[in-house]
Amino acid sequence: MYQTIYHRPSSVDEAAALFAKGSDSKYLAGGHTLIPVMKQRLTSPSDVIDLARIKELVGIELSADALNIKAATTYFDILRSADARKGIPAIVHLTSVLGDPQVRYRGTIGGSIANNDPAADFPAAVLALGATVKTNKRSIAADDFFKGLFATALEDGEIITSISFPTPAKAGYSKMRHPASRFALTGVFVAKTKSGDVRVAATGASQNGVMRVPAIEAALKANWSSAGLDNVTISADGLLTDIHGSSSYRANLIKVMAQRAVTAAG
Amino acid sequence: MISVYTNTVPVDAYRGAGRPEASFVVERLMETAARQMKVDPAELRRKNFITSFPHQTPVIMAYDIGDFGASLDAAVKAIDYAGFPARKEKAKKEGKLRGIGFSCYIEACGIAPSKAVGSLGAGVGLWESAEVRVNPVGTIEILTGSHSHGQGHETTFCQLVAERLGVPINQVQIVHGDTDKVQFGMGTYGSRSAAVGLTAILKAMEKVESKAKKIAAHQLEASEGDIVIENGEFKVTGTDKSIALPMVALAAYTAHNLPDGMEPGLKEGAFYDPTNFTFPAGAYICELEVDTGTGKTSFVNFVAADDFGRLINPMIVEGQVHGGLAQGIGQALLEGAVYDASGQLVTASFMDYTMPRADDLPSFKLNHTTTLCPGNPLGVKGCGEAGAIGASAAVINAITDAIGNNRLEMPATPDRVWHAIPGNA
Repeated sequence: MYQTIYHRPSSVDEAAALFAKGSDSKYLAGGHTLIPVMKQRLTSPSDVIDLARIKELVGIELSADALNIKAATTYFDILRSADARKGIPAIVHLTSVLGDPQVRYRGTIGGSIANNDPAADFPAAVLALGATVKTNKRSIAADDFFKGLFATALEDGEIITSISFPTPAKAGYSKMRHPASRFALTGVFVAKTKSGDVRVAATGASQNGVMRVPAIEAALKANWSSAGLDNVTISADGLLTDIHGSSSYRANLIKVMAQRAVTAAG
Repeated sequence: MISVYTNTVPVDAYRGAGRPEASFVVERLMETAARQMKVDPAELRRKNFITSFPHQTPVIMAYDIGDFGASLDAAVKAIDYAGFPARKEKAKKEGKLRGIGFSCYIEACGIAPSKAVGSLGAGVGLWESAEVRVNPVGTIEILTGSHSHGQGHETTFCQLVAERLGVPINQVQIVHGDTDKVQFGMGTYGSRSAAVGLTAILKAMEKVESKAKKIAAHQLEASEGDIVIENGEFKVTGTDKSIALPMVALAAYTAHNLPDGMEPGLKEGAFYDPTNFTFPAGAYICELEVDTGTGKTSFVNFVAADDFGRLINPMIVEGQVHGGLAQGIGQALLEGAVYDASGQLVTASFMDYTMPRADDLPSFKLNHTTTLCPGNPLGVKGCGEAGAIGASAAVINAITDAIGNNRLEMPATPDRVWHAIPGNA
């Protein structure tokens, strides 16, 4: 790790100001992405600005229409939250199969979304539920937020403050865990909104990261059941191939995980 | 002459050192033959077991003793093999593919007779050394050429000595892994530390006990043949005359009243060269289910029936078998170092190299049958590598049985298994 200056601001405004002052600043939340990368000397920020201890960035609230999770809330807090369990139990389930206890104690939902790892779990929930990503500058709809491999719509220095998930009528998540990393080899989040729309998002499968799956959305809108997907074929084009799964295997997993997510959703 | 430059790393012995590979090939052939001939895989093994000993093989080794049918019987009973067809049918109705796989292994370990390895070109002898030092206060140090790096010699070696003398085990310690202290030793590998290392200790103990009995007999004015060792005391048999080990040791080191001509001190060494390899053997049976949607394998049951000869410490043996099974299953399902076509190591961290974790493994059911090894006084065969040797064939035999396709490479990752299910190209 190269030398850097570590800051612990107490507000979002202070964090943004520190970021702008540094010559090559990086935000730090749970640290499970940034610290290993710094340790391997793949990045050497001039300033590291810790968002994880900013009180206004931690918390979970359930309203009549939405579950609002502040960006620096840890996975562990989501797992334990009665509001989360009441509002969108599928999010609690997703968190329970994410990583391992050590990851869950430190990792944050904001960090996951901002990083947009192509195999991360939370981008699938954000995209499938049509969530709104709120930053210190604006609100961004999920469909406009994820831009590809490790890329988002966030501008330099912009800080996610919270994510607002509209509460669905039904939602479910099913994931095939990568045997080594326990990321999503493929994970699918399915949601039926209160107005009857169906949104489906797959992570871990595409070279571009999290994606909607129109073929499955259409089939589930017609028949919301596992059987409703029996005749759907997913194309392997554009899907990842590596030692843990061929693109055709991942195409199969998109379908199978969607079926299991629908069954879990009820 | 062709020279080749490569940046890929050399390979070396892993747990089992060639025996997992050999056993895998043999046991996959047995299972394949059984399926082709439509013969029950357990019966095919049973028909082909060696039953008369010693059995000279064409490759130097002479199997000294074994009862391979007893291991197979124990395993078959433990897994309820008779009930498997019904379980397979029930699983099928629930949309799961269930399979069962056998692996009847035998290995050669307890290495090795020095003459034998010399004739094969080895530059060293494979004996083992031990020096037992009884200190003036009666505590005991065992300087051993074996080395404990997880095998629990601190327990097993001390246990043997403590039990022979009837003293608390905390009065006994091993000294190992220090070439300043241990004059010469040949180390721990090849499942040799009990068969060879512990026997060397036993030989040294026999000399210690003999000398100690002479001192006790002299002090108690009895004949040496009437001295027995019980609960840390040297007793004149049939009387209540006794002298405790610490007093015998003190007598040895003060030398005020020793038999004429006896040197002071109570410290003896031995080198032990085994006369044969040892041949642990056993039967493993694995029952598992394959998820047709994902190709993922879930264990239902895994039973082991091993013949390791005498078990000195059953808990340590259990630990060794569990560890070996974990590594064998890791090889079958999870692990593999992969280079791409340009020589780049793809599995360069544990984010890509799948290290077995506790939740990847079943709860193992271990059984033991016993034919005492005639080659050493303790009758031990060794147990450190057996799990890694026998396990992988059992797993691959079970998966190929479950999916109805006998072609499957290791590691049988969910991706590979799914592609191997007939109908999925």
